[in-house]
Amino acid sequence: MAVMTYIQAITTALREEMIRDEKVFILGEDVGKKGGVFRATDGLYDTFGEDRVLDTPLSESAIAGVGIGAAMYGMRPIAEMQFADFILPAVNQIISEAAKLRYRSNNDWNAPITIRAPYGGGVHGALYHSQSIESIFANQPGLKIVMPSTPYDAKGLLKAAIRDNDPVLFFEHKRAYRLLKGEVPEEDYVLPIGKADVKREGTDITVITYGLCVHFALQAAEKLAEEGISTHILDLRTVYPLDKDAIIEAAKKTGKVLLITEDNLEGSIIGEVAAIIAENCLFDLDAPIKRLAGPDVPAMPYAPTMEKFFMVNPEKCEKAMRDLAEF
Amino acid sequence: MAIEQITMPQLGESVTEGTISTWLVDVGDKVNKYDPLAEVLTDKVNAEVPSSYTGIIKELIVNEGETVAVGEVICKIETVQASTKDASPEEVKNGELEEVTTNDLSMKKRYSPAVLRLAQDHNIDLTNVDGTGRAGRITRKDIESIMKQGVRATSSASPDTSTTTKEIIPQQNTEKKASPVVHTGDIEIPVTGIRKVIANNMVKSKQEIPHAWMTVEVDVTDLVTCRNQVKEEFKQKEGFSITYFAFFVKAVATALKEYPAINSTWAGDKIIQRKDINLSIAVATDNELFVPVIKLADEKSIKGIAKEINELATKARAHKLSGQDIQGGTFTVNNTGSFGSVHSMGIINHPQAAILQVESIVKRPVIINNMFAARDMVNLCLSLDHRILDGLVCGRFLARVKEILENMNKDTINIY
Amino acid sequence: MTSRHKQLGLSDEQVIEMYKTMLLARRIDERMWLLNRSGKIPFVISCQGQEAMQVGASFALNRKVDFVAPYYRDLGIVLSFGMTAKELMLSAFAKAEDPNSGGRQMPGHFGQKKNRILSGSSPVTTQVPHAVGVALAGKMEKKDFVSFVTLGEGSSNQGDFHEGLNFAGVHKLPVITMVENNKYAISVPMEKQIASENVSIRAKSYGMTGVTVDGNDLFAVYEAVKAARERALNGEGPSLIEAVSYRLTAHSSDDDDRYREKEEVNEAKKKDAIVAFANELEAAGIISETQISDIEEEVMGIVNEATDYAENAAYADPEHALKYVYEE
Repeated sequence: MAVMTYIQAITTALREEMIRDEKVFILGEDVGKKGGVFRATDGLYDTFGEDRVLDTPLSESAIAGVGIGAAMYGMRPIAEMQFADFILPAVNQIISEAAKLRYRSNNDWNAPITIRAPYGGGVHGALYHSQSIESIFANQPGLKIVMPSTPYDAKGLLKAAIRDNDPVLFFEHKRAYRLLKGEVPEEDYVLPIGKADVKREGTDITVITYGLCVHFALQAAEKLAEEGISTHILDLRTVYPLDKDAIIEAAKKTGKVLLITEDNLEGSIIGEVAAIIAENCLFDLDAPIKRLAGPDVPAMPYAPTMEKFFMVNPEKCEKAMRDLAEF
Repeated sequence: MAIEQITMPQLGESVTEGTISTWLVDVGDKVNKYDPLAEVLTDKVNAEVPSSYTGIIKELIVNEGETVAVGEVICKIETVQASTKDASPEEVKNGELEEVTTNDLSMKKRYSPAVLRLAQDHNIDLTNVDGTGRAGRITRKDIESIMKQGVRATSSASPDTSTTTKEIIPQQNTEKKASPVVHTGDIEIPVTGIRKVIANNMVKSKQEIPHAWMTVEVDVTDLVTCRNQVKEEFKQKEGFSITYFAFFVKAVATALKEYPAINSTWAGDKIIQRKDINLSIAVATDNELFVPVIKLADEKSIKGIAKEINELATKARAHKLSGQDIQGGTFTVNNTGSFGSVHSMGIINHPQAAILQVESIVKRPVIINNMFAARDMVNLCLSLDHRILDGLVCGRFLARVKEILENMNKDTINIY
Repeated sequence: MTSRHKQLGLSDEQVIEMYKTMLLARRIDERMWLLNRSGKIPFVISCQGQEAMQVGASFALNRKVDFVAPYYRDLGIVLSFGMTAKELMLSAFAKAEDPNSGGRQMPGHFGQKKNRILSGSSPVTTQVPHAVGVALAGKMEKKDFVSFVTLGEGSSNQGDFHEGLNFAGVHKLPVITMVENNKYAISVPMEKQIASENVSIRAKSYGMTGVTVDGNDLFAVYEAVKAARERALNGEGPSLIEAVSYRLTAHSSDDDDRYREKEEVNEAKKKDAIVAFANELEAAGIISETQISDIEEEVMGIVNEATDYAENAAYADPEHALKYVYEE
């Protein structure tokens, strides 16, 4: 098994799927010759040519809309949004078109498109290169939103997204790209979309989170273990639709639940997770459901002091986790 | 032939009414399906309303200039064909919602945080509360209504802050019963303070503990003789009386040491056998009952026990018992004989396993060696928690107490 | 005059078929208005005044292989591409058998995969990038088809129009965009919508051919689309066609066009393309007066049958509302 970075796992998945299925192609800004501003499509242009690794005009709605059209025809487009922050011009195409296509046509048409976008902060990206934008799409039945936390999950879930017959938004944490390394099997494998994954077994408190925050929680759990606090960590992996059974099971396991997201607190994914737990776990809860998230300000500021203040980090996780354990 | 009705159509999303501006037909006119019938004015559009049928206009129901709601009949047409009902969009099977009554009590012991908190704050025993929620769940409202009743029941009570025991709201079982009628001349005594604690402890003990009873008869002639011999001297020397009760307490403490099962506590999923033998003794005042504790009674001499009984009784009558004095009892000895009782069935002092009633010593004819003899006889009545104890061990325990007492004489008794 | 259709390579049978299709579109549309005014269907949005350009363009395409992304007035296009009167009436009544959406969407939201009619929504112009995407797929797969997308002149101000056309222009994709300019975007006239002299001039920015034609002249539209299709298949890239006519009805059944002068509408009705086309065919000796009334009767028969069928057809079960969110 090879050890690779998160972004290498992404590139590997793209390459393998393009070899496996000729209908798969990539379109986006700078994805061709440059290989992407983060180099996620590095080398693919050389292998597959400009027909299948398409540099598009700088117009996000067209990237999404053209992708949807090609998908309706039967292709398997992978559209890249250069930054998740810039997906907003494409929201009409994603929500009015991709999400509703199967439903509005009574199952006649479908759009098997994957839209990839790097999200997340802690990279000095300021307001418009740091955002978590998943909650914009997380009440749109018809869409699936995948946010993997490890190289292994990234490869298996990206392959699943490309093969999925419905539109999938695939958000990759840009700080994870080169920060996270892990073992990734060389052979072909897919992981199920819509299934959460237990990343650590524990008995005192349950942490439910996704994306880079999974690692913050794992680091904090390691420290707390030295104090005798045992942490159970559930990685949502798919933030829409949510894996309700896994959430309920994880919440019931310890009865003390901390939900973590790097997004702004209000209206975030974890609010829905809290609602699921509140509806289903009243008699298993041993403490109020707690949330750790970014503050309710428009986005992450540039200056390091303010950026650090906004970002979730292992220390903030540790404090919130200890606090809950002591309740 | 059939009469069909034309209704005011909904002309536009959000439109709820329309005005007939002009009728384009008269009664008696023949119209074809889709021929215009009237011009209609709404907030959004002006439109011609067509006929849905071929036939003769029978009646124009709405006058020109009149505004009617969408769906109201505006005219009637006599058609040649038999009436056919349109397929109605509202033909939806309504699953009848059946009110299901069951005896399902699976939620009776699922307490919500709100219910638990209220129960704890107000000392309400949830096992005795009937829930009105689904499957017998106790709702917050159930507790709140019990609290309301509880407040009413104690509304005339003066605040009681001196007792070390928490006040307990009466159980809902008794509250649901109708209050007894009070007649002229009857005296109503508010149930407060110690009386209420006693009442609740008794209820709790009686409701929770399955009581069983047994009695033995003991010949204490030698003990009486011996005690009468030392009585005066002891009083002079020590300044307090040596009562029979001290001897009984000593005998019970000694026997308990040999039968630790009797000296135990029920704890739901387990039985706790106590190491220390701390004997609660009942001390009555006019309308109160205290059960102070003689700690480590097995380690004390008869004199020591007598002294402690004296002190505790004095304190009790002077209302000077401390929390320390009444805590930690593991078994109770009750001196019912002091009232002249010869037989009684005590209520166990919760959460102990048993209580022993020491009755009056009575001179009675007894047959010894086939001859009548006048002997000092006493009955010892034991109440036991049948969850913890059985007849066998209790029988042996009582036999041992009897043996110890019957062997107490001037040669064996060591008062000091 | 006699040989105008012949010059374009059209047979007598083909032009009669075109006439029938136009007339059917018109009569279905008129029936829907009556049904709406009788309170039987909640909503109508009309094709009236645009049938000639719709049918003319459709017949210039290869209706066996080309893809269309129609907008809500394109009754004439979807009929040309194989949707039936009955299917359109099922859509108007929102019945379960409606192939467009099974009664989920309002009428005018066309879509039928077997006839390569892309499913559409209500936010306007989103279909332009879709058509570009289909054309991109066709190019990648080296297939000989074009995609054809329509929209109103008001919609040509949307970002998706410009993003889509530019994308198609950059990648020289086989996509034909036809703006059906009926001079009104609900109540707002052309001059308050578009700063340029016409819509087709916008093609220049996107590196493609742009032409404006008389939308009431079926043959003119046919010719323009035919030429555009040939360019597309020759690898010469996309085209923009602006076909100009006039909207004969209000915007929809929820609108009444108090904002227009009656004379303006009456003037337009005098130039009704369907009447003009019938006259032209009669003058050219292609059809007789009797044939015209026979066609009228045939078309009304189709409309009546379709109405009766759809009115009596079943609605979807209520719980059907839960189906097909994702693949099942």
